[in-house]
Amino acid sequence: MSIATIFEIVLAAVVLGLGIWTTAVRETYSATVGFVAYGLLVALIWVRLDAVDVALTEAAIGGGLGGVLLLGAAARLRNAELMVTETPGKVTRVSAAALSVLIATALAGAVLLLPDSVSTLAPTVVAHAWATGLTNPVTNVLMAFRAMDTMLEKVVLLLAIVGVWSLAPDSAWGGHPGPRHQADPNGVLAFLARLLPPIGIVVGIYIFWTGANHPGGAFQGGAILASMWLLAIMAGLTDTPPVRSRRLRFILVAGPGLFLIVGLGGLCFGAAFLAYPPALAKPLILGIEIAMILTIATTLGLLLAGAPERSAKR
Amino acid sequence: MLAPSPTLDATTTTGGFLLVLSIVVPVAGILLAFVLGDRYVRLVAFAVIPIGSAIAVAILVALPQGNGPLVYLLGDWPPPLGIALRADGLSAVMLAAAAAVICAVAVFAAADFSPATTETRAPFVFWILLLAIWGALNTIFLGGDLFTLYVALELLTFAAVPLVSLEGRAETLRAAMRYLLFALLGSVLYLLGTALLYGLHGTLDIVLLSRRVSLEPAALVAAALMTTGLLAKTALFPLHLWLPPAHAGAPSAASAILSGLVVKGSFFIVVRLWFNVMPGLPGFAAAQLIAALGGAAIVFGSVVALRQERLKLLIAYSTLAQIGYLFLMFPLAFGASGRLESGDALAGGLLQAVSHATAKAAMFLAAGSIYATLGQDRIPGLGGAGRMVPISVLAFALSGLALMGLPPGGAYLAKELLLQAAAEQGQWWWAVLLQAGGIFTGAYVLLVLTYAMAPADRQTTLGRAAPRMGEMAALALALCSLLLGLMPWGAYLSIPHGDASDKFDLATISKALAPLLGGTVVAILLGRWEPPLGYPSRWTALLVAVGPVRRAALALSALVERGDKVLRWWPTACICLLSLAALFAASMRVAF
Amino acid sequence: MSAVTVFGLCAAAAVGLGLYGLITNPQPLRKIIAFNLLGSGVFLLFGVVGRRGAAASIGNDPVPQALVITGVVVAFSATALAIALVLRLFQKAGSTTLSDDAPPGADPSLPGG
Repeated sequence: MSIATIFEIVLAAVVLGLGIWTTAVRETYSATVGFVAYGLLVALIWVRLDAVDVALTEAAIGGGLGGVLLLGAAARLRNAELMVTETPGKVTRVSAAALSVLIATALAGAVLLLPDSVSTLAPTVVAHAWATGLTNPVTNVLMAFRAMDTMLEKVVLLLAIVGVWSLAPDSAWGGHPGPRHQADPNGVLAFLARLLPPIGIVVGIYIFWTGANHPGGAFQGGAILASMWLLAIMAGLTDTPPVRSRRLRFILVAGPGLFLIVGLGGLCFGAAFLAYPPALAKPLILGIEIAMILTIATTLGLLLAGAPERSAKR
Repeated sequence: MLAPSPTLDATTTTGGFLLVLSIVVPVAGILLAFVLGDRYVRLVAFAVIPIGSAIAVAILVALPQGNGPLVYLLGDWPPPLGIALRADGLSAVMLAAAAAVICAVAVFAAADFSPATTETRAPFVFWILLLAIWGALNTIFLGGDLFTLYVALELLTFAAVPLVSLEGRAETLRAAMRYLLFALLGSVLYLLGTALLYGLHGTLDIVLLSRRVSLEPAALVAAALMTTGLLAKTALFPLHLWLPPAHAGAPSAASAILSGLVVKGSFFIVVRLWFNVMPGLPGFAAAQLIAALGGAAIVFGSVVALRQERLKLLIAYSTLAQIGYLFLMFPLAFGASGRLESGDALAGGLLQAVSHATAKAAMFLAAGSIYATLGQDRIPGLGGAGRMVPISVLAFALSGLALMGLPPGGAYLAKELLLQAAAEQGQWWWAVLLQAGGIFTGAYVLLVLTYAMAPADRQTTLGRAAPRMGEMAALALALCSLLLGLMPWGAYLSIPHGDASDKFDLATISKALAPLLGGTVVAILLGRWEPPLGYPSRWTALLVAVGPVRRAALALSALVERGDKVLRWWPTACICLLSLAALFAASMRVAF
Repeated sequence: MSAVTVFGLCAAAAVGLGLYGLITNPQPLRKIIAFNLLGSGVFLLFGVVGRRGAAASIGNDPVPQALVITGVVVAFSATALAIALVLRLFQKAGSTTLSDDAPPGADPSLPGG
């Protein structure tokens, strides 16, 4: 048993302990905090699994922005906890526990009994890296080989926005999402909101730019940009944009829109939909990613802001 | 129709670009409509829908001309590295059905969701979500990669959930919440199975997997989890907790789409999984299990439907029953080698899906017009509807007749094919269930029609007059469903014995009458009859005559309703979900 | 005891925990947290599968990594939509309970839904 294995076992144990605590603790706010810690530690597991791109995404979007989302909701729903009437009885709990254990065991068995001859696509991906000129294999898969999935996922993000906006009361339609935040202008939050965003924006753009050849990419960079924007909103330094703003909507469709246009260009003039001519592949992909990072940052920020609540002043 | 030739999945066929276009056109519509907003939303939808329908027709025309399915390699990367889109006969048929239903619903909703000069919430959301559902469904019907199907499933769920809560009432919000959480549980289980399959075979392409999948523990677990997750999204009994309040609470145009098309998406993926990815894996026991669930759905859904007081809830529960129908084809599709094969059982199941899509959408649209005109949709209060909205009542009647299995409807042809398959396989119990299903359908259709045709017994408050175009759209869909049996299916689905619906002899007529007569009996026994109906003396005399039998029937149905209530409690439904996963894994193991 | 074994067991346990939480916690917000737990377990499973596929001097098969990145974003948007629904439900109804009629044991003749 090497040091690395011991470290991994300890890490897995802590992660699972946090998971159990999150599930079992009575107060929702504590569960949310537990979940944020869980998300950050899972990012460490991803680093141990040698998947740094995913670790960045999990830390930024899964644990980070997801945690903020849940914390905000838990704070707003504090009063709802007092009205909980139906906790499931013992029979339900026992059968649920038994079935969960059964499924977990079946999964563990399935994973551990996977055949020794591993079929993997890593060599194929590396071998075809010439097509795009980028050396980060994950970026290649996301933007070139399985680009359709990425484009559809952008549309999923847009639909989530439409869904969240649809929950606005009719009177507030077109207005600003979320409440107007106020913070003490001399307090820590306002100070951090002035200090961090310039640094955060540089970091975010760097992570995006370096995603071409090293771990990183548009999703991770976009999440960091979104969090800087949200920091400014929560400190009251800026307000959420009104939902009916044409410019905002244009930014939200820029990512999938550019993807679609390049894809159609490939359909009409090139080899196939979403095929890149090898000479132009790198600039095309980077162009799409620039549009994508703008869209992702705006989308993630708006998803966190919530449904429109205050009607826009005319 | 998928000939397993090694070159077929490595090249794009001519006409393959149509496949991409049928996904790209709705997506482009979504983006345009989102940016333009205001009063252009409906305009964009009306521009996109004809183009998309033309593409679906083009695919229908192009498919028989090639030999084998249409294929398109996205990005010109062949699987396993890239993603392929494939259209075989099943895809083409479902694409056409989706296009037809979307057209009709768009015509119906044109009046309900017309944007004013300043942008309002409901039209903006509705038209974008309509296009999104269409794009997601097309991706499901054409996708050749399991992960693309996952993204399309999520797209479908995200588009369907806000439609449920569109009107913003508390109970619709609750229904939407339940739908979202249960659907997410389903997709996560599907994703879990995908992870295991990738771990086993290093690819998620359907054709490549079909050559590599064999009986291994991981494959069993994957198949069980994926099937159960998809069944949760299709609301097959006993996983139906979210469907009745969701479909009944949405606006009528949305209910038509939800019942008619959205549930067919996850059903289609089950078909792909069982017939294309792992045809040798499920085995006899698992197929009997899934069809047993379908049979239970038919009985359960129909009985509870008969006891409903609101029209939209009755139609929603009847959707539950009809979903059960779709799964009866699985045990009847086994070939001699013990593998699932495409034959008349598969054709019957797909035909049932198509005819249900059109007929159920027509029913919801008709119910919407009736609701708008009468101002309420209590079934006992429907009196006078026959005079006020005759076209809608006619549309309801025709779609009900189509669902009952009257020739030359699609459901009739589907039932014939399934009965043939049942006879060939010697599994007579499914034949009994099929006939029972028709009788039950007849019961609740006749119940509604009797109330609707009765004269108005009191002053009914009129809501808005329903727009004529909407009623005509419902009628057109209902007629479409009733005439489906006459279309040339042989080019797309393997129907071995040619057109079976041409003979108008005694056997056909008796088969048509059976649901009507049986339905009348069941309706009298179980239906919710209230006294002032215009024919008091004869009616009450009849009810008195069947008194004791009716009491027994009502006691049974009260038990069924009680069971439904238990099953629609969240912990119970989830426990059923996990138990089903375990049962599927066990039954798939047993077959070997 | 390689990384694959340890984290494979961890992933399976996370899936089981998430399922248990999703079934038994009555509040929708706790269900959403449990769903996220479940999702992270599934993604870890992908990661374990990818780690087994390490080859050609990359430590982890890039295709499952790409799938997980897509999945994380989709899961986040699902969480956002679900939370927006819960908040709106709380605004409208004053409580976030999911069942609109009483749990079993109550009067069965009440109309459903």
